[in-house]
Amino acid sequence: MVLKGFVKKGEYFDSVSLMIVSKEVNALPGIADSAIVMGTAQNKEIVRGANLYIPELFDQADDTDLLLALKADSDKVVEETLVKIDDLFKALRNKKDEGGSNFSPKSLEGAVEALPGANISLISVAGRYAGREAMRALKQGLHVMMFSDNVSIEDEIKLKRFAHDKGLLVMGPDCGTAVINGVPLAFANVLSKGDCGIVAASGTGLQEVMTIISNEGAGISQAIGTGGRDVKEAIGGIMFIDAMRALAADPATKVIVLVSKPPHESVLRKIADEIKTIKKPVVGIFIGGDPKILEAAGAIAGSTLEETAVIAAALSKGASVDDCKKKIADRKAGIIEQAKALTPKCRGKYLRGLFSGGTLCDETQLICKDMIGYINSNAPLNPEYRLKDSWKSVGHTIIDLGEDEFTVGRPHPMIDFSLRNKKITDEAADKDVAILLLDLVLGYGSHMDPLSEFVPAFTEAKKIAPELLIICSITGTDGDPQNRSRIKAGLERAGAIMMPSNAAASELAGNIIRILEGK
Amino acid sequence: MAINDLFSQEVKVVNTGMTAFRDDLAHCGVSVIQVDWKPPVGVSPESLDIIDDNLAKIDEANAKALEIILKGKPVLTGMGVALDTIPGMKKNLILHSGPPITWERMSGPTRGAVIGALIYEGMAKTPEEAEALAASGKIEYAPCHEHDAVGPMAGIVSASMPVFIVKNETFGNQAYCTLNEGLGKVLRYGAYGDDVVERLKWLETVMYPVLKKAIESFEKGIDLKNMIAQALHMGDEVHNRNRAGTSLLYRAIAPAVIRTCDDKDAAAKVLEFINGNDHFFLNLSMPAGKCTLDAARGIKGSSLLVVMARNGTDFGIQLSGTDRQWFTGPALVPDALYFPGFTKEDANPDIGDSAITETFGLGGFAIAAAPAIVQFVGGTARDAINYTMTMYEIAFGENNVYQIPALNFRGTPTGIDVRSVIAKAITPFIDTGVAHKNPGVGQVGAGVVQAPIEPFIKAFEGLAKSLS
Repeated sequence: MVLKGFVKKGEYFDSVSLMIVSKEVNALPGIADSAIVMGTAQNKEIVRGANLYIPELFDQADDTDLLLALKADSDKVVEETLVKIDDLFKALRNKKDEGGSNFSPKSLEGAVEALPGANISLISVAGRYAGREAMRALKQGLHVMMFSDNVSIEDEIKLKRFAHDKGLLVMGPDCGTAVINGVPLAFANVLSKGDCGIVAASGTGLQEVMTIISNEGAGISQAIGTGGRDVKEAIGGIMFIDAMRALAADPATKVIVLVSKPPHESVLRKIADEIKTIKKPVVGIFIGGDPKILEAAGAIAGSTLEETAVIAAALSKGASVDDCKKKIADRKAGIIEQAKALTPKCRGKYLRGLFSGGTLCDETQLICKDMIGYINSNAPLNPEYRLKDSWKSVGHTIIDLGEDEFTVGRPHPMIDFSLRNKKITDEAADKDVAILLLDLVLGYGSHMDPLSEFVPAFTEAKKIAPELLIICSITGTDGDPQNRSRIKAGLERAGAIMMPSNAAASELAGNIIRILEGK
Repeated sequence: MAINDLFSQEVKVVNTGMTAFRDDLAHCGVSVIQVDWKPPVGVSPESLDIIDDNLAKIDEANAKALEIILKGKPVLTGMGVALDTIPGMKKNLILHSGPPITWERMSGPTRGAVIGALIYEGMAKTPEEAEALAASGKIEYAPCHEHDAVGPMAGIVSASMPVFIVKNETFGNQAYCTLNEGLGKVLRYGAYGDDVVERLKWLETVMYPVLKKAIESFEKGIDLKNMIAQALHMGDEVHNRNRAGTSLLYRAIAPAVIRTCDDKDAAAKVLEFINGNDHFFLNLSMPAGKCTLDAARGIKGSSLLVVMARNGTDFGIQLSGTDRQWFTGPALVPDALYFPGFTKEDANPDIGDSAITETFGLGGFAIAAAPAIVQFVGGTARDAINYTMTMYEIAFGENNVYQIPALNFRGTPTGIDVRSVIAKAITPFIDTGVAHKNPGVGQVGAGVVQAPIEPFIKAFEGLAKSLS
């Protein structure tokens, strides 16, 4: 076995492109392991951890240098692989843009010149550079969506104040989802066009609400993400309020929907004051927050993401909110019956949730809390229930696989299922596990063929433990490139119990455990 | 602008970062353009703040500098012997390309050319003698750029060498450059054999008097601005391709040579020499750029480059706003196509004042105008256009006379702005010849080189300092 490395000075590729190349390289014959990364301090740590670090080469390299390390059977394999890597990079570089020209401008200013009328800058570079790029875009008069995280709070304040004064949007930092004029940006779904306008400080929360509205037969005018930190005290909800005002003034928006984790109370007051000025119906959910302030301001508070979406859809279609609430109550009763029917067939006693969406993970914990109490998690509602080791489930456990400990050096679980699939079979092998609860987020940005990942994993789990209940909900629409109905049918065939929403899936799982525990 | 305006517009996205997002948007039929982004290069936050604070002042200074560059009118007015013509020239002074350098740090080709020049001047009989003299301290060295001159490759100018005189008619300043010796084993690539010295002697004794007379017979001189503009339309970028420029010069000068030279044989040999050397015009496009840019020196606050030059060891630049101050860093080895028998192992790091053409917005900046030499940049005309398009991103303006036919006659990218180089991490792209790293060998290839970032970082800091 030989370990060889190279440094390419000043060769920059984004992390996703590098992961694509790495994946292809690792699949080549004779290659035991490889690392292809930019030379940041963090990446160097990862390479060191993988025992691929070559100090005499890599010590000198910095952020703008490409590091390559190959562990292979022989020198010959290394040489052959290098030629292939070069080809892979060439293919990445020369990817054709629309219109046949392959000119890629090197800067935002060059891009604006090449694409007249450009109006949104979507930024996903490393956090410490993202602020400067965003400011350049704002100065050019573009609205900004910052997918990047790890942007300083000072930069966020500066950007949002500047944007506010210029009448521009800054969605993010750490904004995963937005839909502007029907265009899905980053992790987003294909929705029916309609008159529900959404402001959200939560990415998967927004995806769950907007897809359910669309699936309920209503539609979306705009879905504006703000990034989770916007509603904290330091930022003061600058963009959340600006976006509410824009939707209030938008003739195509009839119903306004607000989605967030509980805002800071000073921000909550501002939002409440703003609601009072809006003539359109407002439906809101501050996941885990007190609904009273919303209701006092004249808004309708949803208790779950699903309920919020269903109410918004009903308002959009001119249906009565009371009818709609009754329907939801009936559905809840139905789920209890379903739970009663399923409980006698299952083995074990524990609930294990494996989530890719952070807000969905929160919502499940909230719903279950009322039925079976707090649940252990790497992102718990109650800090006392924090797992000592995120990799080891204890009792009832719900894991957010999108948290940092799982995503450093690995793509997000919505793209890369390998970790979740491994945990699915691990949990199936634990005889005490009664239920596996899973979310599946579709749309752009997510894995394009989730059946190819989940079906083998579910089949394997069912082989290990035929009585194991796999309960799953899909956040997505039939318009999404993956097609929700097709995925649902495929997973049902693989033995999963498919529920219409994360709330419904959580209620079913919670009720089964409640019955098992005799509560 | 209000957020609501966006709701009624077609969404058009600039994507900076993950290309998967670009692909998804394109899949949805959305207009999207990917930024080929790189992290910005490391300058101090203090300098960034000073430059940001002085934005308007720098823009104003640059506008002034650009206007001077655009108004410049280089004209070939005559010739002279270096000693009598170049300001500050002395018998024991040897001018070289690039930023200042001592004999000890000189690269192989520069040393070779110094040896050749000392033999040519009769100051040494053998290469060994020349080398000893060169290192003795009796010979002084200075950059061409500090004497209003430019020299390709090693750029060696010694006292007896004939030089072109190119005048910027608008502003009155002049620039000087030696005669181009042709390709292969030549002094400027560090060769110093008998044939090299003999050719230099011929240039001095035969070529110079004939050409001087012919040039001086033009009442208004020869308009180089016009000639360069035409050459660009004919497939030159006037750095690595000068075939059209040389032809245009030949057309202009041939009748004058016939008229002013009594010795038919000498006249024919001079014309044959020009005709046989496609790069003859380079030694005119260079001083044309030099006298045009020199007029734009010393404008306080201007972040535009007036010099990029290499001496085979260091790469140096000067800004208008910091005038005579050099900012340097190690020169890089070019990416090149090599003559048979040579490889990158043989190549000397980048060398020559000819990057004055790029500083002037020509050469690599105008490579889209020269489809015949695209094999240096990837092989397709599209590659060449992409290089020029990228250079627009670091140029403060565009030329009003020099145009690129393939870009619908868009003006060449003019006025390299060190701010853009730093902010966008794009360094200038330079066409170049490649010299052997050892003295006495000569040219081994030709290709392209990206300027190193270090001099630009220093210049950015230097400009900030000048403004603080």
